[in-house]
Amino acid sequence: MTSLYEEMAPTPADEVPVRQVTITVNGERRSARVEPRLLLVHLLRQGFKLTGTHIGCDTTNCGACTVLVDGTPIKSCTMLAVQADGHDVMTVEGLAGPSELHAIQEGFKEEHGLQCGFCTPGMMLTSKALLEENPNPTEDEIRWALGGNLCRCTGYQNIVKAVMWAAEKLGDGAVSTAEYGDGEVTA
Amino acid sequence: MLKLRFASPEMLVDINEIPDLAYHVRDPDGAIRVGALCRHADLERSTLLAQHQPTMMGAAPVVADPIVRNRGTLVGSLCHADPQGDWASVMMALDASVIAYGTQGRRSIPIRDLVSGPFQNTLSYDEIAVEAVVPPPQGVATGGYLKLERRVGDFATAGVAVAIDRVGDRVVRAGIGLTGVGGSTIAADDAAAVLIDGSLSAENISEAAELAAAAARPHTDHRGSADYKRQLIRVFTRRLLNRLTTAGEEAA
Amino acid sequence: MTALDEVKIGGLGSSRRRVEDNRFVRGKGSYLDDITLPGMLHMEILRSPLAHARINSIDTSKAWAMPGVRLVLTGETMAARNLAWMPTLSYDTQAVLATDKVRFQGQEVACVIADDPYIAKDACQAIVVDYEPLPVVVNPTGSLAEGAPVIRDDKENQPDNVIYDWEVGDKDGTDRAFAEADLVSEIELHYPRSHPSPIECCGSVADFNRATSKLTVYLTTQAPHIIRAAVALVAELPEHMIRIVAPDIGGGFGNKVPVYPGYVAAILASILLERPVKWIEDRTGNLISTGFARDVYLQGQLALRRDGKILGVRMNTLADHGAFFSDAQPSKFKIGLMHSAFACYDIPTAHLQARGVYTNKAPGGVAYRCSFRVTEAMFFQERMVQAAADDLGMDQAEFRRRNFVRDDDFPHRTPFGFLTDSGQYAKCLDVGLEAIGYQSFLQEKEEAAKRGRLLGIGISTMTEPLGAGNSREYDILGIKMFDSAELRIHMTGKALLRTGAKSQGQGHETTWAQIVAHELGIPAEDVLVEEGDTDTSPFGMGTYASRSTPVAGAAVAMVSRKIKAKARKIAAHLLEISEEDVEWELGRFYVRSQPDRGVTIQECAAAAYSNMPDGMEPGLENVAYYDPPNLTWPFACYIATVEVDPETGVWDVLRVVAVDDCGVRINPMIVEGQIMGGLTEAYAMANMQFITFDEEGNCIGANFTDYLLPTSWETPGFELHEVVTPCPHHPIGAKGIGECAAVGGPAAFVNAVMDAVKGTGARNIDMPVFPDRVYQALQTGQDVSGAPPVRAEA
Repeated sequence: MTSLYEEMAPTPADEVPVRQVTITVNGERRSARVEPRLLLVHLLRQGFKLTGTHIGCDTTNCGACTVLVDGTPIKSCTMLAVQADGHDVMTVEGLAGPSELHAIQEGFKEEHGLQCGFCTPGMMLTSKALLEENPNPTEDEIRWALGGNLCRCTGYQNIVKAVMWAAEKLGDGAVSTAEYGDGEVTA
Repeated sequence: MLKLRFASPEMLVDINEIPDLAYHVRDPDGAIRVGALCRHADLERSTLLAQHQPTMMGAAPVVADPIVRNRGTLVGSLCHADPQGDWASVMMALDASVIAYGTQGRRSIPIRDLVSGPFQNTLSYDEIAVEAVVPPPQGVATGGYLKLERRVGDFATAGVAVAIDRVGDRVVRAGIGLTGVGGSTIAADDAAAVLIDGSLSAENISEAAELAAAAARPHTDHRGSADYKRQLIRVFTRRLLNRLTTAGEEAA
Repeated sequence: MTALDEVKIGGLGSSRRRVEDNRFVRGKGSYLDDITLPGMLHMEILRSPLAHARINSIDTSKAWAMPGVRLVLTGETMAARNLAWMPTLSYDTQAVLATDKVRFQGQEVACVIADDPYIAKDACQAIVVDYEPLPVVVNPTGSLAEGAPVIRDDKENQPDNVIYDWEVGDKDGTDRAFAEADLVSEIELHYPRSHPSPIECCGSVADFNRATSKLTVYLTTQAPHIIRAAVALVAELPEHMIRIVAPDIGGGFGNKVPVYPGYVAAILASILLERPVKWIEDRTGNLISTGFARDVYLQGQLALRRDGKILGVRMNTLADHGAFFSDAQPSKFKIGLMHSAFACYDIPTAHLQARGVYTNKAPGGVAYRCSFRVTEAMFFQERMVQAAADDLGMDQAEFRRRNFVRDDDFPHRTPFGFLTDSGQYAKCLDVGLEAIGYQSFLQEKEEAAKRGRLLGIGISTMTEPLGAGNSREYDILGIKMFDSAELRIHMTGKALLRTGAKSQGQGHETTWAQIVAHELGIPAEDVLVEEGDTDTSPFGMGTYASRSTPVAGAAVAMVSRKIKAKARKIAAHLLEISEEDVEWELGRFYVRSQPDRGVTIQECAAAAYSNMPDGMEPGLENVAYYDPPNLTWPFACYIATVEVDPETGVWDVLRVVAVDDCGVRINPMIVEGQIMGGLTEAYAMANMQFITFDEEGNCIGANFTDYLLPTSWETPGFELHEVVTPCPHHPIGAKGIGECAAVGGPAAFVNAVMDAVKGTGARNIDMPVFPDRVYQALQTGQDVSGAPPVRAEA
């Protein structure tokens, strides 16, 4: 972002309302001028160029748009951008640390918890919130918590394994060998 | 509603930032009050409900899906007046009321008077609903909620809320609410009535189940025939009541 | 020198972790809707609310007047440019934007292109269309009835709603077999309309650059080269000036093969406005108008001998194709590979009669992990087999075992003309039965019945043809179904591989490199794989019908071998020996008589740029186009156990066992991922996925509230087992696998439920086997059909 220059959109008609919002996204304060009817997911994707949050349906079912608002999983397609004003939002882009992936991201890689990758950001954020509330979930508890995130590719079994892998890693840092052998094949 | 362009309001008032409305509490007299911003998820995790309100506890985990539960509210659900809403039949079985607050002050709206049609409530334009109130139980509160959903987040094919207050073995108050089997939530009053003053026996449970099925006014549609939905009402009513008998508790 | 460990370098059999995941877990995938080009505009489509209606007028004036609206397209404006209709992949035509009438609810009527998608949607709402409703047809009975409205009155020589009549097999021989049978087992059922519904919807960004005359289209497509050919045909632009780029795709499952009206409209809009135009549909648009799957009725009969031998098969199928015949399938086969049914059984004679009709619904039929109608074929097969075993009073497993093609009977020609080359069907079944504990489950079932509990077990066994296909028999719109791979080895021994396939989650960036590692000993991590850009990838027919490992994978092996042949010559030159004295071990050429003297493949690569033998062309790259000699024949046994609640009809899955043989497994982890995904689709189809219509043609199932996809909570766990019979003709012995479980799985679940309710007399409940249907079967003892229209009554 620069203040050196900024192209302005053609002046909107008088009756198009505009609001300013300031949201802390992945730890960074960001502001935008938005129409009140703009969905949060669109502000994140088109406004802030964070395209890791995805859209998969129009009836709040699929969960591909899940982000964490003040740490709680929310479907960002069903929240208006103005409603997030003053709040904290974490998207998938905020999961990794400066030099390494979050344990959940590693777990999804290790346990083949994704195929096309489209539902994955939402799955991982919901999982993160789950592990923060329940660091040692059972398989049933994981499946229950992910009931708002749809996946077409994996059949969920490996997603459950991915979350359990992450739980182990976050717990004591040691992970028993993943089913598919030593994930550290050199190639 | 907005996204699907069913509604195009000129102005939307967001109440999410109003402080001090996210509570749910139990008063000294046993009444339970749920603030307008108390989320389904708060109720799902509530130790208070787990200890004191089994009917609500039965419904909280099966409303929508876990992420939607982080945002949706019980009071909002009641005002939304979806005929397939789960909370409405729970509140109906509990004889609850909704407190509205507006320019004319506060007023209490009994649950049976809150809805005037599908997606239409009786709040006036200058009121908002601030709280739902469940009256104190007349004895020990027991009950539960069963619904048929074909997958998490599905609307109910049919659902039953049962709320029974007992002193010892004797039923002193009963309420049965039916989801998804009519143009609006149904209070199965005749079914509830046969349970009062008796203990839950196989006979009166069976009678209540039949009366609940008879109170249903289901439509045949892609979710099933009217007869099938009545069968679900019959079976769920019976199963919920059976669970409350000593035999049922032992079996559980 | 010790030889390289193939698994350690990421060769065949290595479960190397996926390359794609690095960007996906960071949210850095580049899916269609992530693409933004300077000056890009947004397109929305106005869809018809009616299933069948004449269009009297369309008034777009209010839309044009809205600020931010740049262009409004209607059928009329398309027609002026000869673009209102386009050819389909099945030699029919399909409306791009409706002109004379609309033929299904959700059909595209107009498009608005505007500065942002919200304005475009606002403007769509401002378009006024005057419709005159016409009578509606929602099922084949309606299509074929006397006096039915002719849906395709736009076509010459189309007096009714019949699209095709097709048959294969031996009618007379089969009739004789039926005449001699001790028993004829018959079943009628409907495989309902379903939809692939990947989580990412379809879309495109069309970018016509007037200055360079080049059209670039980013598109959610599983087959970029087919799209390029189609666009060249439809838009009459020269093929070399069209570039199709398929970015990361959020699931395909067959939904992203056809050419959709939205793509064509976006391309025209971009040409007219000389700006990029993005069209991304919403979920309702996806479910109501894009390629659906299945919707076929079956009348099936088996001629049986008392001892359980199947003497003949009769299949009579009726396919509901919707308003346009737009299936992507090999053109010779009107009903796809329906006639691959019964390939795992040794049957002397068979006859298939197939008819396809138009109805007032979205076009399609072939889509959704179906291997070109093999989902229907195998479902029908295993439902017929189950019914036959029951009619004979014979054990389900035993009946199958008696009829399997024996291990030593290959090559085997099926009565429908397919040639299977290998299989161990009985072993596959035995592994499954052992894993599920067959005998003890049967006992448990009997005990439970005494206490009023209904348990059931369902078996589904099959072999299916994957890897279309050989040029003698297979083509789409005349283009043969080969595939390709181009491999370039750089001077430091790293490599770039491009193929004509297009992964939508199958992991090609990971697995193709494994084939190169296997063939050349170059570590997989040193091979960069790219797919999807028609300017850089060699021509291929794309990824669907589980054809990529069989065809594109084979091409990867073959191009690696071409490169190895040249590298061998370079090695001989470097080692100063003749080529006959050169030996190979993984990654290295060496002198036969002095094994310690050798050169690595990387050293050969360097030499290709700096130390070539005299007369040899420099560089180390090649391309291979692979025309498969035959299809591959993976086989499987799926077994499900269930318990049915007799009071509500709800059924719960107890266990699912899957035994799959897909030949050599390139990456076991990825193979298992495909199987589990397929089993979930199978469960979903058997249990809840449903698109239906009411009498007015209103689509029920056009959003995720009505079209149910299973969540992690309902989806059962899967126990996977394997049998490995390498494919005799594939260069690395591999077969396809992506769709097997979706093909064979549904019957396992349905057979299990039917087994549980066997006592009632009902022989069939159509999928999805909803609780209310089970309850109905239990109450009435009659079969339960799910065919449209769905009736609503107060």
